[in-house]
Amino acid sequence: MAEAQGTRAVDDLHLQNLTKKFGDHAAVDDLTLTIPAGSFFALLGASGCGKTTTLRMVAGLEDPTSGTISIGDKDITGLRAFERPVNTVFQSYALFPHLDIFENVAFGLRRRGVKDVKGTVESMLDLVELSPMARRKPTQLSGGQQQRVAVARALINRPDVLLLDEPLGALDLKLRRQMQIELKRIQVEVGTTFVHVTHDQEEAMTMADTVAVMNAGRIEQMGHPADIYELPRTVFVANFLGQSNLIEGSRSGTSGDDVLVEANGLTFAIPSDRVFADGSAAIVGVRPEKITILDAVDGDRIPDHHNRLDGIVTDVSYTGVSTQYLVRTAWDQELIVFEQNVVVGDRSEVGDAVVLHWSPKHTFGLDGTGGTTIGVDPEVLALEAVNASLVSDAPEA
Amino acid sequence: MVAVVPTTGGQASAAVVAQRSSKTGYLLLFPGLAWLGVFFAIPFVTLFMTSLQQPIPGKSGKYTFGLEFGNYVEAFTEYWPLYVRSFMYAGIATVIALCIAYPLAYFIAFRAGRWRSLMLVLVIAPSFASFLLRTYAWKTILADEGFITSTLNALNLLPDDRILNTGIAVVAGLTYNFLPFMILPLYAALEKIDPRLVEAAGDLYASPQTAFRKVTWPLSMPGVVAGTLLTFIPAAGDYINAELLGSTGNRMIGNAIQTNFIEFRDYPTASALSFMLMAAILVLVFTYIRRAGTEDLV
Repeated sequence: MAEAQGTRAVDDLHLQNLTKKFGDHAAVDDLTLTIPAGSFFALLGASGCGKTTTLRMVAGLEDPTSGTISIGDKDITGLRAFERPVNTVFQSYALFPHLDIFENVAFGLRRRGVKDVKGTVESMLDLVELSPMARRKPTQLSGGQQQRVAVARALINRPDVLLLDEPLGALDLKLRRQMQIELKRIQVEVGTTFVHVTHDQEEAMTMADTVAVMNAGRIEQMGHPADIYELPRTVFVANFLGQSNLIEGSRSGTSGDDVLVEANGLTFAIPSDRVFADGSAAIVGVRPEKITILDAVDGDRIPDHHNRLDGIVTDVSYTGVSTQYLVRTAWDQELIVFEQNVVVGDRSEVGDAVVLHWSPKHTFGLDGTGGTTIGVDPEVLALEAVNASLVSDAPEA
Repeated sequence: MVAVVPTTGGQASAAVVAQRSSKTGYLLLFPGLAWLGVFFAIPFVTLFMTSLQQPIPGKSGKYTFGLEFGNYVEAFTEYWPLYVRSFMYAGIATVIALCIAYPLAYFIAFRAGRWRSLMLVLVIAPSFASFLLRTYAWKTILADEGFITSTLNALNLLPDDRILNTGIAVVAGLTYNFLPFMILPLYAALEKIDPRLVEAAGDLYASPQTAFRKVTWPLSMPGVVAGTLLTFIPAAGDYINAELLGSTGNRMIGNAIQTNFIEFRDYPTASALSFMLMAAILVLVFTYIRRAGTEDLV
């Protein structure tokens, strides 16, 4: 185990104005980013957002159109893949089928002319708990085991940066959860900088200490998972990372430290440091679990300064831990509300008139020029459109 | 189709289905086995018996049942240099074919993109013309006054001032004629290799050359083995190329078998020669496969 330790990364990874164009399309667009040494960094985005291209450029498998990549103060942009102090865990693992597990893991060491690989390989197999499998071929291993071989094969070279390209994508849900914990453990143990590319927001949030949300070749927002979730700065992030209720409106003034936004005849207060809209068009955002749902008759129990609106419950889904409500507002927008099931038997039902309220400090203000649907899965949008038309076509009761 | 009903009888009916499908398996095997029996096993035995026949005294060209193992000794003593030459020509042709086919198959598999199918068709296209015709064409291509010979002669590169009717022509003909049998299995093996494995090798400090040596080449071994066998075996027994492109000094064992059968009507000698060719090829192939270690490959 001692072999695997003591590899704490000391140099940060810098991407400077990194751009990759395929024809006219910029897959990665002027990306500047510093990934601190020893961090577990996740690049999160939908497919085609440029995250994998970014990773491949760092690995040396793709040449940038412009920009530089450096580790510490060493520029590695011009180095070819095999000359870089960077290793990759590939999406499909890409284990060598003609070599056994031991030789797969030893591959990198042998290429660099290391004579005695036995001890190092064995301690690495220990780290990923695969010692008994050393003489098996990759096809004889389960998906999770292959995944760990791929990690071991890359980590044994003590890279400055370990790149993981959707490493858990091929595993089923339960195994994925387990491997997330496993990978996190390994990262803490070896201290190497991990750059993890994924489209799974939950995976990014549970594993990484820094998450960068990518969209159309650019980074939309970067930071600690909780900070991004609690305070998304763009409509894309608000929609892509978790779910958000977004209400279109416009700035109507200020009240103390709060910015006031008027929407559909209602006024919402947002602390000014939580507003990221320059123009007058602004979007009021709130996460579903921050909203409290009350029967309309209890409306007088709402604290004075809270944001509030009235609506009618259109759907109730009980999920055990929580209940998810869909509430239609006076202007026919459906909002999502999550309520913890703390009190048994006190649920609102479909058709109930309710009032929703939440604290201004859970509200965020976003730029309203692009609409509220940026970052929503197009398939979800299509489905919502179908549902809406079904509702309007339904015969009146 | 039998519908399997999930009742207590389910297991029993599953057993019936299994039994029926195993019977179907044998049934499917039958046409192939019958074909092999009639056109391989029976002629094989006949050929072996012919190789042991003895001449009927006084009647030239007539033979009767015997156990004349001496036929083998005589045939071998007289013709062993032709075996050596056959294996040499076939060996050289196989190596040259491999050298030509590997880069070509590699290109088709990894770089040809949308031209892939067209290129594969072009590889097989010559087979639409007859083997004999194509070999005749090589007579023209390699003719003494032809472009190739005169060019090489102008450069003083030919020891005998000619190509036609030399071993070079025979090897060239063999290489050309069996090249598709080398390209296709190589292509099939290379095409199966995941390009990401080569990327992974590069990521793990292997230069492109090392990545080829350690990943692509070993993974293409099944294709190399299949291709070399499919080229070497027919090339070693071929007589058309030597007949049309070579001189009497370039005769191969196939020519000896052919003349003994057709011209001398010495069936026992011809049969003995065929048998020894078969045995020699079998030994060579087994040694080769064992050394190439294909059973260990995926």
